[in-house]
Amino acid sequence: MAAEGKAIDALSQFQLVPFMGALGESVRFSQSNAHMLLAFGLITALMMWGTAKRDIVPGRLQALAESGYEFVHGIVTGQVGDQGKRYFPFVFSIFMFVLFGNMLGLLPYAFTFTSHIAVTFALAALVFVVVTVVALAIHGTHFFSYFFPEGAPKALAPLIIPIEIISYLSRPISLSVRLFANMVAGHVMLKVFATFVVMIGSAAGVLGLVGAVLPMAMNVALVGFEILVAFLQAYVFAILTSIYLHDAVHLH
Amino acid sequence: MMKTIRIAALLSLATLPAMAQVASEHPGATSSAGMPQLDFGNPWTIAQVVWMLIIFGALYYVMARYALPQVEGVLEARRARIEGDLESAQAAKQRADAAMAEHQSATAKARAEAQAAIAAATQKAQGEAAARAEALNAKLAAQIEAAERQIASARDNAMGALRQVATDTADALVTRLIGRSDSAAVAKAVERELAARGQA
Repeated sequence: MAAEGKAIDALSQFQLVPFMGALGESVRFSQSNAHMLLAFGLITALMMWGTAKRDIVPGRLQALAESGYEFVHGIVTGQVGDQGKRYFPFVFSIFMFVLFGNMLGLLPYAFTFTSHIAVTFALAALVFVVVTVVALAIHGTHFFSYFFPEGAPKALAPLIIPIEIISYLSRPISLSVRLFANMVAGHVMLKVFATFVVMIGSAAGVLGLVGAVLPMAMNVALVGFEILVAFLQAYVFAILTSIYLHDAVHLH
Repeated sequence: MMKTIRIAALLSLATLPAMAQVASEHPGATSSAGMPQLDFGNPWTIAQVVWMLIIFGALYYVMARYALPQVEGVLEARRARIEGDLESAQAAKQRADAAMAEHQSATAKARAEAQAAIAAATQKAQGEAAARAEALNAKLAAQIEAAERQIASARDNAMGALRQVATDTADALVTRLIGRSDSAAVAKAVERELAARGQA
């Protein structure tokens, strides 16, 4: 990644650094975790204070909290059905955590904790474990019939069963890589175009300043696009979690 | 407990300004090799995940235990309120419908009664009129009959008188012409003549 002799440093934004110096150093609490804590605080504040007044006709904050609740509730009950109510808090927490992680990352100076594969994979693995535990708790050993669809020809079993098992095991990978890759790609693009603005702007005087407008405009458009991606990826994460829960509850 | 959670949330919000400071203090160490995310040998990468599990666990606990039941309570209260309002509106509509039906049946009954009264009055009046007309007719018929009887007797009298006059006249004429008269034959001739003219 070298341009005009100067390196475009698009990746150092993902470096983990201790939060609050020595204090963070001592407990290995990075700025990434600080953003998670901030997301936790914002989500809790939105849901708890937003609906604290219990208005019949909601104000803005209450309407936001309620629409978040109803949005995720719709996803869960739409996919899983009425039994899905038990898993609603889990899906809601996942959705909000990812959404706030993505959105907070778009603020200047902020860190995007969903741009770390370790974080997204841990979340996806959590989903995987929860889904598998739910499936085993509901269906017991009958759960393993999931890997051989009913009505499929018996002769194809040696082919179908390994495919189904591989696709089942690859769920956490696709789930985590999708989110991670989207967030990294977006932030690298933003950083690259922002670097172009500085490079071109400082390179060729007035002409450079005029030229710098182009990557600047690109970045403005990208930020809007990234807001869409931030929401969309959180939605995808939540709806895939719900679909997996549907499979766990109903087995196909 | 509620208060503790709110204080915890507030404290976590207080990390906001500190973060900007961190970001400005660490403008990004020049990474030597590739993406920092893939540097799994870095203990910070693992520590990040451990902290995330703790924070996410706390988020799940607070959401499941406090925040979501509260929101659900608000939504439930609204649903109950709307349903109650709808039900009372339905009840009011039913009452209005019942009152309307009652009013309509009362109107129909009154109209039927009025119609019956009119019909009875009309019938009675027609009966009276018919009776009066009949009585009048009977009276007129009696008068006409009496008058006719009177006329007939008057005519009979007149006819009787006519024969007498005719007989006398004819008798007198015959007497004058031939000097004598057979009154019986004259009377017979007059009788015949009158009969021939249809006036007997």
